[in-house]
Amino acid sequence: MVFKRYVEIGRVALVNYGKDYGKLVVIVDVVDQNRVLVDYPDIVRGQMNLKRLQLTDFKIEIPRVPKKKTLAEALEAADIKNKWENSSWGRKLIVQKRRAALNDFDRFKVMLARIKRAAVVRQELAKLRKSSA
Amino acid sequence: MGIFRFHQYQVVGRALPTSTEGHPKIFRMKLWATNEVRAKSKFWYFLRKLKKVKKSNGQVLAINEIFEKKPTTIKNFGIWLRYQSRTGYHNMYKEYRDTTLNGAVEQMYNEMASRHRVRHPCIQIIKTATIPSKLCKRENTKQFHDSKIKFPLVCRKVRPPTRRLKTTFKASRPNIFM
Repeated sequence: MVFKRYVEIGRVALVNYGKDYGKLVVIVDVVDQNRVLVDYPDIVRGQMNLKRLQLTDFKIEIPRVPKKKTLAEALEAADIKNKWENSSWGRKLIVQKRRAALNDFDRFKVMLARIKRAAVVRQELAKLRKSSA
Repeated sequence: MGIFRFHQYQVVGRALPTSTEGHPKIFRMKLWATNEVRAKSKFWYFLRKLKKVKKSNGQVLAINEIFEKKPTTIKNFGIWLRYQSRTGYHNMYKEYRDTTLNGAVEQMYNEMASRHRVRHPCIQIIKTATIPSKLCKRENTKQFHDSKIKFPLVCRKVRPPTRRLKTTFKASRPNIFM
Protein backbone atom coordinates (compact mmCIF):
# COMPACT_ATOMS: atom_id res chain seq x y z
CA MET A 1 0.00 0.00 0.00
CA VAL A 2 1.32 3.39 -0.92
CA PHE A 3 0.79 5.99 1.78
CA LYS A 4 -0.76 9.27 0.72
CA ARG A 5 -1.47 10.96 4.05
CA TYR A 6 1.58 11.75 6.15
CA VAL A 7 2.05 13.22 9.58
CA GLU A 8 3.85 16.43 8.63
CA ILE A 9 3.85 20.08 9.51
CA GLY A 10 0.76 21.58 7.95
CA ARG A 11 -1.32 18.40 7.72
CA VAL A 12 -4.98 18.97 8.52
CA ALA A 13 -6.43 16.31 10.79
CA LEU A 14 -9.77 15.53 12.39
CA VAL A 15 -10.04 14.81 16.09
CA ASN A 16 -12.02 11.62 16.54
CA TYR A 17 -11.78 11.01 20.29
CA GLY A 18 -11.93 13.03 23.45
CA LYS A 19 -12.95 16.49 24.45
CA ASP A 20 -12.29 18.10 21.04
CA TYR A 21 -14.19 15.46 19.10
CA GLY A 22 -15.13 16.48 15.60
CA LYS A 23 -12.79 19.47 15.34
CA LEU A 24 -10.38 20.08 12.53
CA VAL A 25 -6.83 20.81 13.64
CA VAL A 26 -3.53 21.51 11.92
CA ILE A 27 -0.34 19.68 12.91
CA VAL A 28 2.24 22.39 13.60
CA ASP A 29 5.06 20.30 15.08
CA VAL A 30 5.93 16.74 15.99
CA VAL A 31 6.82 15.91 19.61
CA ASP A 32 7.72 12.28 19.08
CA GLN A 33 6.43 9.09 17.50
CA ASN A 34 3.04 9.30 19.17
CA ARG A 35 2.33 12.94 19.89
CA VAL A 36 2.05 16.08 17.82
CA LEU A 37 1.54 19.73 18.54
CA VAL A 38 -1.76 20.85 17.06
CA ASP A 39 -3.27 24.25 16.55
CA TYR A 40 -6.30 25.92 15.02
CA PRO A 41 -7.63 29.47 15.18
CA ASP A 42 -10.24 28.69 17.81
CA ILE A 43 -8.31 26.31 20.11
CA VAL A 44 -5.30 26.72 22.37
CA ARG A 45 -2.15 25.24 20.86
CA GLY A 46 -1.48 21.95 22.63
CA GLN A 47 -0.15 18.49 22.20
CA MET A 48 -2.33 15.61 21.16
CA ASN A 49 -1.78 11.91 20.76
CA LEU A 50 -1.89 10.69 17.17
CA LYS A 51 -4.33 8.02 18.30
CA ARG A 52 -6.92 10.75 18.66
CA LEU A 53 -6.37 12.13 15.19
CA GLN A 54 -7.40 11.03 11.76
CA LEU A 55 -5.40 12.55 8.93
CA THR A 56 -7.20 14.19 6.02
CA ASP A 57 -6.08 14.76 2.46
CA PHE A 58 -5.45 18.44 3.06
CA LYS A 59 -2.12 20.10 3.81
CA ILE A 60 -1.28 23.76 4.16
CA GLU A 61 2.04 25.56 3.81
CA ILE A 62 3.17 26.82 7.17
CA PRO A 63 6.51 27.21 8.91
CA ARG A 64 7.18 25.12 12.01
CA VAL A 65 4.99 26.37 14.91
CA PRO A 66 3.54 29.44 13.22
CA LYS A 67 1.92 32.35 15.01
CA LYS A 68 -1.86 32.21 15.29
CA LYS A 69 -2.21 34.99 12.71
CA THR A 70 0.05 33.22 10.19
CA LEU A 71 -1.87 30.02 10.70
CA ALA A 72 -5.21 31.72 10.15
CA GLU A 73 -3.92 33.38 6.97
CA ALA A 74 -2.53 30.12 5.62
CA LEU A 75 -5.85 28.39 6.29
CA GLU A 76 -7.67 31.17 4.48
CA ALA A 77 -5.28 31.04 1.53
CA ALA A 78 -5.73 27.28 1.17
CA ASP A 79 -9.48 27.66 1.74
CA ILE A 80 -9.49 24.59 3.96
CA LYS A 81 -12.91 25.30 5.45
CA ASN A 82 -14.71 25.24 2.11
CA LYS A 83 -12.65 22.38 0.75
CA TRP A 84 -13.47 20.34 3.85
CA GLU A 85 -17.18 21.09 3.73
CA ASN A 86 -17.36 20.17 0.05
CA SER A 87 -15.35 16.98 0.38
CA SER A 88 -17.33 13.76 0.69
CA TRP A 89 -15.99 13.13 4.22
CA GLY A 90 -16.86 16.64 5.36
CA ARG A 91 -20.30 16.49 3.84
CA LYS A 92 -21.02 13.19 5.56
CA LEU A 93 -20.14 14.69 8.92
CA ILE A 94 -22.37 17.70 8.31
CA VAL A 95 -25.28 15.43 7.41
CA GLN A 96 -24.64 13.29 10.51
CA LYS A 97 -24.72 16.39 12.72
CA ARG A 98 -27.87 17.64 11.06
CA ARG A 99 -29.63 14.30 11.51
CA ALA A 100 -28.61 14.08 15.16
CA ALA A 101 -30.04 17.54 15.79
CA LEU A 102 -33.51 16.83 14.35
CA ASN A 103 -36.47 17.14 16.64
CA ASP A 104 -39.61 15.01 16.37
CA PHE A 105 -41.38 17.41 14.02
CA ASP A 106 -38.35 17.49 11.75
CA ARG A 107 -38.26 13.72 11.68
CA PHE A 108 -41.93 13.72 10.73
CA LYS A 109 -41.21 16.11 7.88
CA VAL A 110 -38.33 13.90 6.75
CA MET A 111 -40.65 10.89 6.76
CA LEU A 112 -43.19 12.69 4.56
CA ALA A 113 -40.48 13.84 2.20
CA ARG A 114 -39.09 10.30 1.88
CA ILE A 115 -42.55 8.89 1.13
CA LYS A 116 -43.09 11.56 -1.50
CA ARG A 117 -39.71 10.87 -3.12
CA ALA A 118 -40.32 7.13 -3.11
CA ALA A 119 -43.71 7.67 -4.75
CA VAL A 120 -42.21 9.75 -7.55
CA VAL A 121 -39.45 7.16 -8.11
CA ARG A 122 -42.00 4.33 -8.26
CA GLN A 123 -44.14 6.21 -10.75
CA GLU A 124 -41.16 6.69 -13.05
CA LEU A 125 -40.20 3.06 -12.63
CA ALA A 126 -43.74 1.95 -13.50
CA LYS A 127 -43.65 4.13 -16.63
CA LEU A 128 -40.34 2.61 -17.71
CA ARG A 129 -41.59 -0.89 -17.08
CA LYS A 130 -44.74 -0.26 -19.11
CA SER A 131 -42.79 1.20 -22.02
CA SER A 132 -40.32 -1.70 -22.12
CA ALA A 133 -42.90 -4.45 -21.57
CA MET B 1 -1.39 20.99 29.72
CA GLY B 2 -2.78 17.84 31.18
CA ILE B 3 -3.00 16.39 34.63
CA PHE B 4 0.48 15.75 35.98
CA ARG B 5 1.21 13.31 38.73
CA PHE B 6 4.44 15.05 39.64
CA HIS B 7 4.48 18.76 40.27
CA GLN B 8 7.59 20.90 40.46
CA TYR B 9 8.00 22.86 43.67
CA GLN B 10 10.51 25.41 44.88
CA VAL B 11 11.15 24.97 48.59
CA VAL B 12 13.14 27.52 50.53
CA GLY B 13 14.18 26.77 54.07
CA ARG B 14 16.82 27.21 56.70
CA ALA B 15 17.77 26.07 60.15
CA LEU B 16 16.10 27.95 62.96
CA PRO B 17 18.17 30.85 64.26
CA THR B 18 19.93 30.02 67.53
CA SER B 19 21.96 31.99 70.01
CA THR B 20 25.23 30.90 68.33
CA GLU B 21 24.06 31.43 64.75
CA GLY B 22 21.61 34.25 64.36
CA HIS B 23 21.45 34.20 60.57
CA PRO B 24 21.70 30.65 59.24
CA LYS B 25 22.22 30.14 55.53
CA ILE B 26 19.04 29.88 53.50
CA PHE B 27 18.75 26.98 51.11
CA ARG B 28 16.51 26.69 48.06
CA MET B 29 15.62 23.47 46.31
CA LYS B 30 13.64 22.67 43.24
CA LEU B 31 12.12 19.25 43.45
CA TRP B 32 9.32 17.06 42.17
CA ALA B 33 6.60 15.65 44.37
CA THR B 34 2.97 14.73 44.07
CA ASN B 35 1.87 17.41 46.54
CA GLU B 36 3.22 20.17 48.77
CA VAL B 37 3.40 18.07 51.90
CA ARG B 38 5.60 15.53 50.19
CA ALA B 39 7.67 18.30 48.67
CA LYS B 40 8.50 19.70 52.10
CA SER B 41 9.35 16.25 53.36
CA LYS B 42 11.69 15.65 50.43
CA PHE B 43 13.27 19.02 51.04
CA TRP B 44 14.24 18.05 54.56
CA TYR B 45 15.50 14.67 53.37
CA PHE B 46 17.92 16.26 50.94
CA LEU B 47 18.88 19.11 53.22
CA ARG B 48 19.80 16.69 56.00
CA LYS B 49 22.38 15.24 53.61
CA LEU B 50 23.91 18.66 53.00
CA LYS B 51 23.69 20.36 56.37
CA LYS B 52 23.17 19.21 59.95
CA VAL B 53 19.55 20.30 60.23
CA LYS B 54 16.26 18.51 60.75
CA LYS B 55 12.66 19.51 60.27
CA SER B 56 12.36 19.94 64.04
CA ASN B 57 15.12 22.55 64.18
CA GLY B 58 14.49 24.17 60.83
CA GLN B 59 11.81 26.11 59.08
CA VAL B 60 10.42 26.19 55.55
CA LEU B 61 10.30 29.79 54.49
CA ALA B 62 8.47 29.40 51.17
CA ILE B 63 7.05 26.71 49.00
CA ASN B 64 5.81 27.61 45.54
CA GLU B 65 4.73 25.50 42.64
CA ILE B 66 6.68 26.11 39.45
CA PHE B 67 4.70 26.04 36.24
CA GLU B 68 5.93 25.74 32.69
CA LYS B 69 6.70 29.08 31.15
CA LYS B 70 5.88 28.13 27.55
CA PRO B 71 3.78 24.97 27.44
CA THR B 72 2.99 25.39 23.76
CA THR B 73 6.51 24.85 22.40
CA ILE B 74 8.34 21.55 22.15
CA LYS B 75 11.60 21.23 24.05
CA ASN B 76 14.23 18.57 24.55
CA PHE B 77 14.69 17.82 28.24
CA GLY B 78 17.74 16.12 29.71
CA ILE B 79 17.24 14.52 33.11
CA TRP B 80 20.11 13.36 35.29
CA LEU B 81 18.96 10.91 37.89
CA ARG B 82 20.21 8.59 40.58
CA TYR B 83 18.24 5.42 41.13
CA GLN B 84 18.37 2.37 43.29
CA SER B 85 18.33 -0.95 41.51
CA ARG B 86 18.22 -4.35 43.10
CA THR B 87 21.98 -4.43 43.35
CA GLY B 88 23.01 -0.84 44.07
CA TYR B 89 22.78 2.82 43.15
CA HIS B 90 23.39 4.04 39.62
CA ASN B 91 23.40 7.34 37.80
CA MET B 92 21.62 7.86 34.55
CA TYR B 93 21.11 10.53 31.95
CA LYS B 94 17.89 10.40 29.93
CA GLU B 95 16.46 12.63 27.24
CA TYR B 96 12.82 13.36 26.52
CA ARG B 97 10.95 15.47 24.05
CA ASP B 98 7.92 17.17 25.53
CA THR B 99 6.17 20.49 25.81
CA THR B 100 6.52 20.77 29.59
CA LEU B 101 9.17 19.76 32.11
CA ASN B 102 6.53 18.11 34.29
CA GLY B 103 5.51 16.02 31.30
CA ALA B 104 9.11 14.98 30.68
CA VAL B 105 9.59 14.06 34.35
CA GLU B 106 6.43 11.98 34.26
CA GLN B 107 7.70 10.25 31.12
CA MET B 108 10.94 9.56 32.95
CA TYR B 109 9.21 7.98 35.95
CA ASN B 110 7.07 5.82 33.70
CA GLU B 111 10.04 4.76 31.59
CA MET B 112 12.19 3.89 34.62
CA ALA B 113 9.35 1.83 36.00
CA SER B 114 8.84 -0.06 32.78
CA ARG B 115 12.40 -0.47 31.55
CA HIS B 116 14.23 -0.94 34.85
CA ARG B 117 11.46 -1.82 37.31
CA VAL B 118 12.42 1.14 39.47
CA ARG B 119 9.55 2.57 41.48
CA HIS B 120 9.33 6.28 42.04
CA PRO B 121 10.53 6.40 45.67
CA CYS B 122 13.83 4.93 44.51
CA ILE B 123 14.50 7.68 41.98
CA GLN B 124 16.24 10.95 42.83
CA ILE B 125 16.34 13.64 40.21
CA ILE B 126 19.76 15.24 40.30
CA LYS B 127 19.31 17.82 37.61
CA THR B 128 17.04 18.71 34.72
CA ALA B 129 17.80 20.99 31.83
CA THR B 130 16.38 22.11 28.53
CA ILE B 131 18.84 20.90 25.93
CA PRO B 132 19.23 22.71 22.61
CA SER B 133 18.86 20.39 19.65
CA LYS B 134 22.57 20.43 18.78
CA LEU B 135 23.60 19.04 22.15
CA CYS B 136 21.19 16.15 22.35
CA LYS B 137 22.87 12.82 22.76
CA ARG B 138 20.19 10.23 22.21
CA GLU B 139 19.28 9.11 18.70
CA ASN B 140 15.72 8.68 19.82
CA THR B 141 15.29 12.42 20.39
CA LYS B 142 17.62 13.45 17.56
CA GLN B 143 15.50 11.67 14.96
CA PHE B 144 12.74 14.25 15.50
CA HIS B 145 15.04 17.20 14.91
CA ASP B 146 13.92 17.59 11.33
CA SER B 147 12.09 20.67 10.18
CA LYS B 148 10.61 18.71 7.26
CA ILE B 149 9.65 15.68 9.29
CA LYS B 150 7.20 13.43 7.55
CA PHE B 151 6.03 9.93 8.31
CA PRO B 152 2.89 7.92 7.56
CA LEU B 153 0.67 6.32 10.15
CA VAL B 154 0.83 2.66 9.35
CA CYS B 155 -1.98 0.98 11.28
CA ARG B 156 -4.98 3.01 12.37
CA LYS B 157 -6.61 2.02 15.61
CA VAL B 158 -10.37 2.06 14.95
CA ARG B 159 -12.15 2.95 18.13
CA PRO B 160 -15.57 4.43 19.01
CA PRO B 161 -15.62 8.11 19.92
CA THR B 162 -16.60 7.42 23.53
CA ARG B 163 -16.09 4.38 25.75
CA ARG B 164 -19.84 4.14 26.17
CA LEU B 165 -20.19 3.04 22.53
CA LYS B 166 -17.70 0.21 22.92
CA THR B 167 -19.01 -3.25 21.92
CA THR B 168 -17.39 -6.65 22.26
CA PHE B 169 -18.41 -7.92 18.84
CA LYS B 170 -18.39 -6.12 15.52
CA ALA B 171 -20.33 -6.97 12.38
CA SER B 172 -17.40 -6.52 10.01
CA ARG B 173 -13.62 -6.32 10.06
CA PRO B 174 -12.25 -2.83 10.61
CA ASN B 175 -10.35 -1.00 7.90
CA ILE B 176 -7.00 -0.14 9.48
CA PHE B 177 -5.52 1.73 6.51
CA MET B 178 -5.15 5.34 7.58
